[in-house]
Amino acid sequence: MTRLPILKMVLAVIVLGAIQSVVLLQFNWFGDAASTAAGPIDTLMDVTIVLSSFIFAVVCVALGYALIKWRAKPGDEGDGLPIHGNTRLEIVWTIIPVIIVLALAGYSWAVLDDIEKTDSDALHINAYAQQFTWTFGYPENGNKWSEGELHVPVDRQVIFDLQAQDVIHSFWVPEWRIKKDAVPGLKTDVVVTPDKEGTYWLICAELCGIGHTTMRARVVVESQADYDAWVKKQTAKVPELLLTTDQFKQEQLKKEEQSGGIEGSGVIEQ
Amino acid sequence: MAAAIRQPGWYRGAIGALLGAAFGFGLVVALRAISGLDVFQTEQTGYPHVIVPLITTPFGFLFGFGAFDYWFRWAAGKPTIPEDHSGHGATKWQDYFRFNTDHKVIGTQYVVTTLFFFLIGGLLALLMRAELAQPGDQIVAANTFNGLFSTHAVVMIFLFIIPVFAGLANYVLPLMIGAPDMAFPRLNALSFWLLPMAGIIFLASFLAPGGSFDAGWTGYAPLSTGAPLGQSFFNIGVQFAGASSIATALNFLVTIITMRAPGMNLWRMPLLVWANLSTSLLVVGATPFIAGAQFMVFFDRILGMNFFNFLEGGDVISYQHIFWFYSHPAVYIMMLPGFGIISEIISTHARKPVFGYRLMALALIGIVVLSYSVWAHHMFVAGMFSWLRVPIMITTMLIAVPTGIKVFSWLGTLFYGKIHTYSTAMLFALAFIITFTIGGISGVMLGMIPIDIHVSDTYFVVAHIHFVLFGGSVFTIFAGIYHWFPKMTGRMYDERLGRIHFWGTVIGTWCTFIPMHWIGMDGMPRRVADYATQYGDWNLVISISAFALGAAQLVFLYNMIVSWRFGPKAGDNPWRANSIEWLVSSPPPVFNFDEIPRVVGGPYEYGTPGARHAIMGGEDEGAEVPETKPSTVAAPS
Repeated sequence: MTRLPILKMVLAVIVLGAIQSVVLLQFNWFGDAASTAAGPIDTLMDVTIVLSSFIFAVVCVALGYALIKWRAKPGDEGDGLPIHGNTRLEIVWTIIPVIIVLALAGYSWAVLDDIEKTDSDALHINAYAQQFTWTFGYPENGNKWSEGELHVPVDRQVIFDLQAQDVIHSFWVPEWRIKKDAVPGLKTDVVVTPDKEGTYWLICAELCGIGHTTMRARVVVESQADYDAWVKKQTAKVPELLLTTDQFKQEQLKKEEQSGGIEGSGVIEQ
Repeated sequence: MAAAIRQPGWYRGAIGALLGAAFGFGLVVALRAISGLDVFQTEQTGYPHVIVPLITTPFGFLFGFGAFDYWFRWAAGKPTIPEDHSGHGATKWQDYFRFNTDHKVIGTQYVVTTLFFFLIGGLLALLMRAELAQPGDQIVAANTFNGLFSTHAVVMIFLFIIPVFAGLANYVLPLMIGAPDMAFPRLNALSFWLLPMAGIIFLASFLAPGGSFDAGWTGYAPLSTGAPLGQSFFNIGVQFAGASSIATALNFLVTIITMRAPGMNLWRMPLLVWANLSTSLLVVGATPFIAGAQFMVFFDRILGMNFFNFLEGGDVISYQHIFWFYSHPAVYIMMLPGFGIISEIISTHARKPVFGYRLMALALIGIVVLSYSVWAHHMFVAGMFSWLRVPIMITTMLIAVPTGIKVFSWLGTLFYGKIHTYSTAMLFALAFIITFTIGGISGVMLGMIPIDIHVSDTYFVVAHIHFVLFGGSVFTIFAGIYHWFPKMTGRMYDERLGRIHFWGTVIGTWCTFIPMHWIGMDGMPRRVADYATQYGDWNLVISISAFALGAAQLVFLYNMIVSWRFGPKAGDNPWRANSIEWLVSSPPPVFNFDEIPRVVGGPYEYGTPGARHAIMGGEDEGAEVPETKPSTVAAPS
């Protein structure tokens, strides 16, 4: 039995993995970034891409080498070597993946805690989702109301309290990298700190019926001064109906918390 | 004629179906009339005069077709027909169109029926790709589009991938373990005939007012509880498909546990048998959950119950928990049998024992256990309690480990082998390793919560599921069909056409599904009929590739049909394989074996001189055959 050219194979894996990593890292996969969450998430993705490139390279090199080296010649009716396994090797390829995935899980957990940290002076905005529009309430500005267009100040943390009127919708601004479902009958919220002024799209990401494709809203991120001026200009108020159901839910939630129930929110309040 | 109507069969089945429909319809009309209600209730979630016949008609057909004759006679205390085996085996093509109890006939029925639904599901996908080739609305309206992707997924999952594996295993598994048939042949036949019922119900939903079910195959409440009539077709159809699946799984479990040939201990079972044992454990445990979830939606819709009605105290998110408690294990139900197929094919065509056989079997069991603990990774952004996310992320990522063990062991099997690549089955098996690895890697990415928050409900998810279900499961299905085609038909398929199909499928799969990762990460949501113009170019590439992929399947179809009829005789063991199904004739005799074989060694003893897996009855009569001990050569580390 010939010994395997382990060194050459390792070299091949390193070269192939490195080439894949370098090529794949050239692209800006997640598109433009416009929130403080984007940085850590994009770095996490880059780390995952590099690790994946090397794992994929291991599979490719092993398969390629086997096919080149041990392809049967035409008419060869013989059998391969009766190797049934190798306990040491099998332990190695069980333990190493365990370490890799646990490390990635730990890293992900750290990023998750990081991006969901809430500030005490965060701005609260209500996002009301219904088939097939988004409307927004600004409780800190006298319950002003805007339809189909959301304004937020830049560089200040915003907590969106999501409220669905009919079916499940999902609040997603790709440039912010955050997403959370708005669920009827449940309080959900999502934290984001926009850090780049501009105009973006809020996209409904959860199938919500015939008009799902078109359920979008414009998102304007602007300076605090522009934001204040814009809010001042608004005259519409959140309709009573939306407010009352919202308050009803807040009271429910308070009761639940007092009785020690599990918080239905996706965000750990700190 | 009168005799033909009394006999079980198509005439009696048609009459049964009519009577079933009339009974269901009459029951609703009569009860509503008596109660003083409008006879026809046509709110969109109502239509009891359609829904009740939808349940009674298939049963009427099955009664008429003869699915329950023997059991009813037995239950009524009447003399049962002695075992004349007239309902067993096939001597002419008509025998495939009746209530046949032979596992080989049922296996063939399954494979042919599911391939038919594969084509239907594929056509639905191509309609979608035609619409998506350009931004804007061109071909179908938005609600039709929602119906198309929902039906596409449901047909592919419940009528192709899950049952085609049941069909392949139905054919080869009893042969592999040296059993004359499955443990419960009548239940086996009933399992098969429930399947077309489900298929007809799903497709008939297109005729319902309001169109087919359009809340996605996931059917999230409350979108599904308020959806038009078509949704009820899904709720009911799933019950038939699920019942079929559960009955088959029980059948496999009992067959594998009790009907192995003498000498076939657990560690001598081929890995395909291990894989179906694991799959059946998943089906039996998990499938009742989707049945329950759909019943709850159904009751919310037609009986006014409030399981998921948030205005009356229902809990919307609990639907997702129940649904995914089935539907995540379901992805392993759709993958583990494929793992078994790949192990058989790679070992046979590399002429080497499966590397680390025991760990391969244990990895299957590990996946079964872990897969019950990962369902909520579909719900990271669903607003469920936040503490559940990190534990679920960890189990989700850990499930990559047993899966990785399988990939590495297949590669290890190739090392020091004699790899034959003339068979299309082996080509698909090798391509599977690469494409499935990509699907596995994107799966780990999706398991990481911060990444999932961005890409969930985007085309990245669409790309991932198609890489594991098409590049994974469907590749293994093709590999399996090519591998056992000579056994099932006694004839050889055309390897040249097989290669055309192979390359068309591999290139088509990559060009269709790889760009979906990119546009998904960049911000294109899934389940949309229209999209931002910036994704137009890639969508055009995807659509063209999808049509090429579809065209490649026509080559497969042509090859299968023509070779089945005119292919050269294959011989009993064209791949020089060891397992028992290759030691009988092609196609095998009605009861598989004249005498039950005796198993004397492992299933993959290639390269050990004189090693045998099984000794067939009739050979070495009376002679003492030594048990084969595997001779092990240590692999260089």
